[in-house]
Amino acid sequence: MITAIMILAALVGGYFVGLSRINAIAPDGPYALRAQPRFHAAFVAFCTAAPMVALAIIWALYGPGLINADVIATLPADMQAYEQGQLLLYLEDARTMAAGGEVLREHTDELAQIAVTMGDVTASWTMKYLIAAIAVGIAGLLTSRKVLHAQFAARVAIERIIYAFLIMCALIAVLTTFGIVMSLIFETFRFFEKVSVTEFLFGLQWSPQTAIREDQVGSSGAFGAIPLFAGTMLITVIAMFVAAPVGLLSAIFLSEFSTNRIRGMVKPLLEILAGIPTVVYGFFAALTVAPLMREAGMTLGLDVAAHSALAAGVVMGMMIIPLVSSLSDDVMNAVPQTLRDGAYALGATQAETIRQVVLPAALPGIVSAMLLAISRAIGETMIVVMAAGLAANLTANPLQMVTTVTVQIVTLLVGDQEFDSAKTLAAFALGLLLFIITLALNVIALRVVQKYREQYD
Amino acid sequence: MTDLNTSPVPSSVTSVHATDAARQRLNKRKAANKRFRLYGMAGVVIAIAALVMLLSTLVVQGYSAFYTHTMELTITLEQDVLDRNNTQDPEILARANYRKLVKNEVYSLFDDVTSRRDKRAVSALISNGAIDALREAVLDDPTIIGSTITITAPVSDDIDMLLKGHIDRNVEEQLRRVSDRQIAWTDSLVERGIIKRAFNTYFFTQGDSREPELAGIWGAVKGSFYTMVVTLLISFPVAVGAAVYLEEFAAKNRFTALVEVNINNLAAVPSIVFGLLGLAIFLNFFEMSRSAPLVGGMVLALMTVPTIIIAARAALKAVPPSIREAALGVGASPMQAVFQHVLPLAMPGILTGTILGLAQALGETAPLLMIGMVAFIVDIPGGITDPASALPVQIYLWADSPERAFVEKTSGAIIVLLVFLITMNAAATILRKRLERRW
Repeated sequence: MITAIMILAALVGGYFVGLSRINAIAPDGPYALRAQPRFHAAFVAFCTAAPMVALAIIWALYGPGLINADVIATLPADMQAYEQGQLLLYLEDARTMAAGGEVLREHTDELAQIAVTMGDVTASWTMKYLIAAIAVGIAGLLTSRKVLHAQFAARVAIERIIYAFLIMCALIAVLTTFGIVMSLIFETFRFFEKVSVTEFLFGLQWSPQTAIREDQVGSSGAFGAIPLFAGTMLITVIAMFVAAPVGLLSAIFLSEFSTNRIRGMVKPLLEILAGIPTVVYGFFAALTVAPLMREAGMTLGLDVAAHSALAAGVVMGMMIIPLVSSLSDDVMNAVPQTLRDGAYALGATQAETIRQVVLPAALPGIVSAMLLAISRAIGETMIVVMAAGLAANLTANPLQMVTTVTVQIVTLLVGDQEFDSAKTLAAFALGLLLFIITLALNVIALRVVQKYREQYD
Repeated sequence: MTDLNTSPVPSSVTSVHATDAARQRLNKRKAANKRFRLYGMAGVVIAIAALVMLLSTLVVQGYSAFYTHTMELTITLEQDVLDRNNTQDPEILARANYRKLVKNEVYSLFDDVTSRRDKRAVSALISNGAIDALREAVLDDPTIIGSTITITAPVSDDIDMLLKGHIDRNVEEQLRRVSDRQIAWTDSLVERGIIKRAFNTYFFTQGDSREPELAGIWGAVKGSFYTMVVTLLISFPVAVGAAVYLEEFAAKNRFTALVEVNINNLAAVPSIVFGLLGLAIFLNFFEMSRSAPLVGGMVLALMTVPTIIIAARAALKAVPPSIREAALGVGASPMQAVFQHVLPLAMPGILTGTILGLAQALGETAPLLMIGMVAFIVDIPGGITDPASALPVQIYLWADSPERAFVEKTSGAIIVLLVFLITMNAAATILRKRLERRW
């Protein structure tokens, strides 16, 4: 908040300082200048604010780390020996307490003491930051003020700055991908130091709970990812069984059979279906669909698990219907009318035209739509977290409980955590696999369209 | 050529298209056509039925979250109980025994409450919110001690559920959460006008709570608001900048191709992976606070950027080149042409894309779970660095709670979330219709 006000003040202040300076340089009006006075003023404003913005970003990113490091240095030696993750959680609570909040941790004198230290250290670092921000702002102001002269190409300078900003924006997209890949790979490597690659990729046993006592059953912790992927595939297949026919048929109806009026009414409804957050679908699956299926199964004499793969899969299918239908609708609309007219001229009925002319022409696009839908189903998290199970069963029975990759990532990382245990690192390995699989599916989908698309016009 | 000279088919010979077999074939094909059309219609009907079922379930389960039942209690603030020595010290007042006052008042409502068990059963009618309300009133103005005040507090969640018909009175007594006597007491209170039905202000003004009748969505709504502000402030300038660069300035080279491939792929990365990114980089590497809207907003911004870039590029592409050329022709620099002419004309399209991107981010849950916005947070956040929850995360948390009353709260929260989303989508549609120009 203070930072925002300071930067705003720097912009306004810089602008007026620059304006007065340039008016002093050219008292006879702007015609003696190479650029208009407002460009000179804007240049000074930028040079004042930019270092402050840069400092603010650095502070936002590195500030917490600096404060933590200082607080850790004041801690007794036995606490410093804690694992980094636990220490961070502890400091987090101290920070909340210092800010006057409530924490769930037991209120010990030690914690209160650390909270006080935390408050002091935070205050001193914040002070340092504010002073530094003002200093760099003033430095920028003075330097840029000196740079101004009658022949200074202020507009060109500003346009260069804007250009650099634009490139930076485009770079952020690349940096994000880079960040994802690097962070996932880094943590995955640390995971493979503890668990072998082959065990992870081909192991049939998944039970990441490293037990508290040595002699407990299954205390070893097994990290075989096969059951997770089997579960993911099972739910995805069920979802596609729902979404593929329903989505494709509605797309055919909307693009080929329906009148414009019906289309105009149905399309927004499907868009609503697409816009509903997945957590809502999850709630629906867990509290409405799953009990319904359990009851239906009971009347049929089947034993349906409370968190059956079927319920999660069906609801996930519901969620994907609009994706399939809108993508297929688009590709079918892209098939030129002349093809249809040709088929009609040969005496084909509308259904025959669609089945034998439109669908084959649109096939690459439809295949790519299905691949995208599958990729979406594999990466979907909330529905399965809420409606699928936690136990990793290796089964193809949709009435049983299975777990998925995303469910495990969430269970491994939510709640108390130590960042260095094999358990949390496993989540990153799963994340990397998930990322690779969805990326591959997307690339294949793109390639299918590029390679097999017929160019009609 | 002689064949052509033969006489035309005599009219007495029927054409091959008019035989019975041909007619049957034709009818079959027409029937197949009709069937196919019906299949298509069935697809649409199933999709819409799914939507209707989903929404109607939510409304049926959730509308009752918007009202509650409150009890009116007239309580004498006895000096002896609260502050025997009349110190008026806030410490002592904060810890005074308000529970006793509330309980005594509730006991006194009935003549037949004498045994210990009865007393416990009767005090289960009212929420702990009564105690909090009493404490607040006293802390606000300690001079009221000794006088008699009237407070309104919600009934406990079980009684609320009973009155809303979610607890079946016909079930055997052991199998339901309220006893026969509690039902009788409640009915008598309703008859006497002490328990009244009222708009559920708690739901809209409170943060999370372990007690369903006191839990509200305001904390989560504010958390979502701060998160969205951060998301908007980061993603909008970055996405527009990237789109302008790619569409207006970038040369066709490898770097540009790389950026484009990247953006398209990022748009399809599962959201949970963005959560992992946030956890590994913002929390573990930079040690930023967990559960803060700042981090949540940054993660969601990274996720929203590709969406906005794609929309913004389409909008920029739709501005005809003549606009640029005209601007350049009268002496504008390329930068001026873009920022003073092209960008303003593309703005409606960009804003539409931004609103849709934000709507998507508002409903996103998985990345926020990863960065710890899933904690139980009672306080209402006051800024972007305070620990906070978000609306979809609150829905997730409540959906996991076992109490029956939370089902209703969850559906209520979902209705609120959907209202926000539909409003945003409607705004985007109106914006597109009103401002978009056809060239």
